[in-house]
Amino acid sequence: MPISRAARRATRRLGAVALAGALLAACGSGSSGSTADKNGKVTITIGLFGTFGFKEAGLYKEYERLHPNVTIKESSTENEADYWPALQTRLSGGGGLADIQGIEVGRIAAVTQQQSDKFEDLSAFGAKSLKSDYSAAKWAAATTSDGRVMGLGTDVGPEAICYRSDLFKKAGLPTDRAELAKKWATWDDYLKLGEQYQAKAGAKSRWMDSVGSLYQLIVGQQKERYYDASGKLIYDKNAAVKSAWDTSVKAAKDGLSAKLAQWSPAWNQAFSSGSFATIGCPAWMLGYIKGQAGAKATGTWDVAPLPGGVAGNWGGSYLAIPKGSSHAKQAYDLVKWLTAAPQQEKLFKKQGGFPSNLGAIAGVKDVKDPYFSNAPIGELFGKAAETSPVQVLGVHDQDVTTQITNALGEVERKGTSSSTAWGHAQKGVDNAVG
Amino acid sequence: MMTLTATAPARAARPPAPLRRCLAKLSPYAYVTPFFALFAAFGLFPLLYTAYVSLYRVELQAPGEMQWRGLGNYTALFGDEYFWTALRNTFTIGVISTVPQLLMALGLAHLLNYKLRGRTLFRVTMLLPYATSVAAATLVFAQLFGRDFGLINYLLGLAGVQPVDWQSGTLASQIAVSSIVIWRWTGYNALIYLAGMQSIPADLYEAAELDGASRWRQFLHVTLPGLRPTILFTVVVSTIGATQLFGEPLLFEGNMSGGISHQYQTLGLYMYQEGWGFFHLGRAAATAWVMFVLIVLLVLVNTAIARRRTRKEAQR
Repeated sequence: MPISRAARRATRRLGAVALAGALLAACGSGSSGSTADKNGKVTITIGLFGTFGFKEAGLYKEYERLHPNVTIKESSTENEADYWPALQTRLSGGGGLADIQGIEVGRIAAVTQQQSDKFEDLSAFGAKSLKSDYSAAKWAAATTSDGRVMGLGTDVGPEAICYRSDLFKKAGLPTDRAELAKKWATWDDYLKLGEQYQAKAGAKSRWMDSVGSLYQLIVGQQKERYYDASGKLIYDKNAAVKSAWDTSVKAAKDGLSAKLAQWSPAWNQAFSSGSFATIGCPAWMLGYIKGQAGAKATGTWDVAPLPGGVAGNWGGSYLAIPKGSSHAKQAYDLVKWLTAAPQQEKLFKKQGGFPSNLGAIAGVKDVKDPYFSNAPIGELFGKAAETSPVQVLGVHDQDVTTQITNALGEVERKGTSSSTAWGHAQKGVDNAVG
Repeated sequence: MMTLTATAPARAARPPAPLRRCLAKLSPYAYVTPFFALFAAFGLFPLLYTAYVSLYRVELQAPGEMQWRGLGNYTALFGDEYFWTALRNTFTIGVISTVPQLLMALGLAHLLNYKLRGRTLFRVTMLLPYATSVAAATLVFAQLFGRDFGLINYLLGLAGVQPVDWQSGTLASQIAVSSIVIWRWTGYNALIYLAGMQSIPADLYEAAELDGASRWRQFLHVTLPGLRPTILFTVVVSTIGATQLFGEPLLFEGNMSGGISHQYQTLGLYMYQEGWGFFHLGRAAATAWVMFVLIVLLVLVNTAIARRRTRKEAQR
């Protein structure tokens, strides 16, 4: 008897300890990465993915010069597919959030529809006055149904094709942009030209980096991809997705791909080794190519308009401020400055991310890039941005893309049949959507 | 005797007898409380809470909104072919990594048990891989196993072998991942075997030598039987390690699906993908429980085998 009483007491004590532990854990979370000391000096942290190019274009230094009390610290994850899960963990209470977080356009619907309570409403800082700076679509995508503004647009991703003119020359292909654009009027033409290239170049160099990136290029030309306007997931019934898939499978079967998974170390190395001659080139890819291929490759790359007759969009981003930042106002000032027309203009000239700010688009019309053999990138991407379709966005856009490109990777690297791989993609999407 | 002499002089200062008796009965519990309190907070509570969560649909984006799903997470899990792939992968990678690892460790320990010049240096060197971080080791191995520019394919090329796609091939990728595990843990196991070997009395070897047993026969009939408990220990530890394998497959290509067709996705990685890739915390919790049950089963099988062994030995 006394034992059982003692045991009961012990359990009660255990319960109290467990509760205290839980409470402590609850208090400990949600710290912000930023700090401000007594002299009014503020450190603003900014978490990004890929290459936004703010640092490379010297924008942080400039802002720090203009605001001597501000220090900016950037942390960047190369692959957005790694960045987003980490951000989710932090948002749900893991701590370690930056004052400013980059959001890819494929995720912005998840933010506005599912997580609007986790980010600051930027209209509280006066963001609504900036609405006229952006295209209606770019603005609307980051606005919740009740009118809260979740982020300010950085860049958009008008598509083109980047190609190695030196390799083209060696393989006896034309190297002139206009001539190429005419030669690859359709995607089939593009693949045919690829076969011509492949016949000359041999196994060491392939026509494209991966069929996954080819797929994303093609599907970027569509208005409706994975969701219909009512928000229903329709990717497996969408003929346009199917056709993009089929073209990609054909490219894989024809041996036109270097079979490099995008964002992998091997893919990065291949930029300088010449393992592929063309790559799908949303404007933000320009900066990535410069970073990977390096200064010694200046003049070997060039840019030409997209096959398929229609402009397309792949990617683009927003900057958002998670709730709980201890100086959201200063963070907002930085976001506003980074996304303002003069800075977006500068960014495009130095790095290549195409401005989403209408004021900046007008300013970059005549930009040519010496790195890309003086290609008129301002005109080329400007035209593409103007005419590319306004895409219907959905919560799981990025998940669907990942699953489909993974499945295409199976086709090109393991020789899996198209129908089996498509089944895997569907299975993966089912798992991801839950 | 002891109690009599101890209690007699202290009677005046101590609390009355019934209370004292009660305290004496309670004190053992007080001593074990810290452990059980910690275990309850960090072991039992998470375990039970995981079971609770596994019955709901919970998404990482909104952990507060829980939707009753009953056993739905479990049926979805068992209906998912990738779960079975992960289970199979865990097993095959476990075998590919553990068996050669333990055999090599045994051989190495045997060699290091001889009187060698610079023996301490060799022993310390063996432990170095174990001291390396998983992430660093995996990233280096991923480079070595690169398809186009990797050192291993380059060497194979010198020998006239076609380049192997160490990332997408099922067997190839599993061998590559296993090699990281083998590299890291062989030295550790060798040291444990070495310690076991040194506790085998030297006169056994002398007696065997007098009987004219060769080195090999000594190894078979003296070393191995003497090492049996040590071997059992390393097998159990390696089995648990193999069931939980996570860091190496996650970092090998840096994706949660364990390769484009899940070809080297282990159970740990599968659970991680469910929870932190797809944000389905309920599904991840269900996976965790299935893994828990699996490990308990494995341990039971291990104990049963060990017990049967000892019983057999006792009968001898």
